[in-house]
Amino acid sequence: MTQAMLSVDRIHCAYDGVPVIHGASLEVRQGEIVAIVGANGAGKSTVMKAIAGLTQPTRGRIVFQGEDITRTPGHATIAQGISYVPEGRRLFAKLTVRENLELGAYTEKRREVIQERLDQVLALFPILADRAGQIAETLSGGEQQMCAIARGLMSGPKLIMLDELSLGLMPALVEKVLETVVEINRRGTTVLLVEQMVQEALEIAARGYVIQTGRIVQQGPARELLESDTVRKAYLGL
Amino acid sequence: MDTFAQVVLDGLLTGMLYALVAAGLSLIWGVMDIIHFAHGEFLMVAMYLSFWLGFLAGVDPIVSWIASGVFLFLLGALAYRLVISRCIGKSAMPPLLATFGLSLFLKNLCMNRFSPNFRILQDTLLQGKTFMIGGVVVGLPQLATGIFSLVMLGALFYLIKKTRLGWAIQATAMDREAAELMGIHTDRIYLLVFGLGGACVGIAGGLMTSYLAVHPEVGSLFGLIAFLIVALGGFGSIHGALAAALIIGLVEALAGFYIAPVFKYVAVFAIYLVVVMVRPRGLFGW
Ligand SMILES: Nc1ncnc2c1ncn2[C@@H]1O[C@H](COP(=O)(O)OP(=O)(O)O)[C@@H](O)[C@H]1O
Ligand SMILES: [Mg+2]
Repeated sequence: MTQAMLSVDRIHCAYDGVPVIHGASLEVRQGEIVAIVGANGAGKSTVMKAIAGLTQPTRGRIVFQGEDITRTPGHATIAQGISYVPEGRRLFAKLTVRENLELGAYTEKRREVIQERLDQVLALFPILADRAGQIAETLSGGEQQMCAIARGLMSGPKLIMLDELSLGLMPALVEKVLETVVEINRRGTTVLLVEQMVQEALEIAARGYVIQTGRIVQQGPARELLESDTVRKAYLGL
Repeated sequence: MDTFAQVVLDGLLTGMLYALVAAGLSLIWGVMDIIHFAHGEFLMVAMYLSFWLGFLAGVDPIVSWIASGVFLFLLGALAYRLVISRCIGKSAMPPLLATFGLSLFLKNLCMNRFSPNFRILQDTLLQGKTFMIGGVVVGLPQLATGIFSLVMLGALFYLIKKTRLGWAIQATAMDREAAELMGIHTDRIYLLVFGLGGACVGIAGGLMTSYLAVHPEVGSLFGLIAFLIVALGGFGSIHGALAAALIIGLVEALAGFYIAPVFKYVAVFAIYLVVVMVRPRGLFGW
């Protein structure tokens, strides 16, 4: 069995003492696309925040590439090689696209490396090149999402975590954005994806986890999950 | 006509100085959402430092602003680390009370140590030096302080708008959590911002002693004026602070001359009330 790149081991999380994650475990192997699916409020974002260090698990362990990152603070996560594109994009609204992208590589000091990454992400999202000088909040929803992903790539992460990319996007755009995710993965970045668009997410993922009220209730190859009765009934309305 | 030009010039020079004081407050407010009630008292500390450097060691204000700028940067950073960082984030009240307490402490410390007396440095390099343009008398201490404040403000503006560190400061102001995700150590950004806020009044206070008296209440008035300027210019906006400061400086000078000296602050507060009622975000607010 291959060693997992990321392993989340029975974590518990709480907000102001109210527990919301009850012993969730999951694994991501190098090179995979893994999807976490579940309804609104199930705890998907909380799991990602715990990995990113924005919230500290009350119990359990998170190990990334052999290193315990359970207590790593948010600002140190990116140096580990993990990038988190949060739900709702969270662009720096009054800064330009260019400045947002530069901040994505804030921990990188070498100018030529930053330039190289900038060229790469602009090649992936050519529309952003045209919008480079524009204030982020004036972008359309789809452009904002692309900018958020591009910003997340600017640190050159080994693992990128994408939270609800589809939120507020038209179906046609969702498809396009997910195609880009496949492309990012093909170029060598491991992907952990969180989605309420269960079908779409499981179609591009290798494996998936179903989360319900803070517990992983089902896991397995994405294809099997798509065919399982529970997923079909609960999330696909079939 | 000459008197009018004279009053306008005096007002603008005062406004430039106000702008630097207000910029520090605006920066802290804009980034951290904290009203720094001890900002004026920090200015007072800088003035005392500059005064005593001049009085005891013969250092002229045109040099001692460096010392007071550095000292107040450190004082700001220390105040953040020891006091502010411990009470920030939960609700708005604790940092408010903490900075208020700090202002009372500093004011009373100076009252106790240095007495309530007004003190003014004698024989500074620029003191009493003037020159004429047309019919207008330009005082060198005021001119140097005004121009220098403007240069410092420009440097601060450049730092915030044009450098990666400045973008990180802005990012922290807009969305602290997202900034953390970029690898920005936002606690250190807060520390830096409190230090920079201190440096603004440190530099201003250091320069001011070349023509203004220092006393334990001097910070209260300047702090209040800085607060008005920030509210008028828009919270967190540096060019807003500059525009508002020039307006306040002008209004103060014009009202003081054409109505009566005792009316100058009445006019300043009136302008403030009118603008804030018409446009609560301030002139350049978000
Ligand atoms: N900042 C927060 N403070 C308090 N409760 C929260 C916070 N964020 C999320 N929750 C609660 O935690 C649970 C899981 O939320 P979340 O992880 O955002 O779910 P999902 O991403 O799956 O929609 C929900 O019940 C939500 O109300
Ligand atoms: Mg969520």
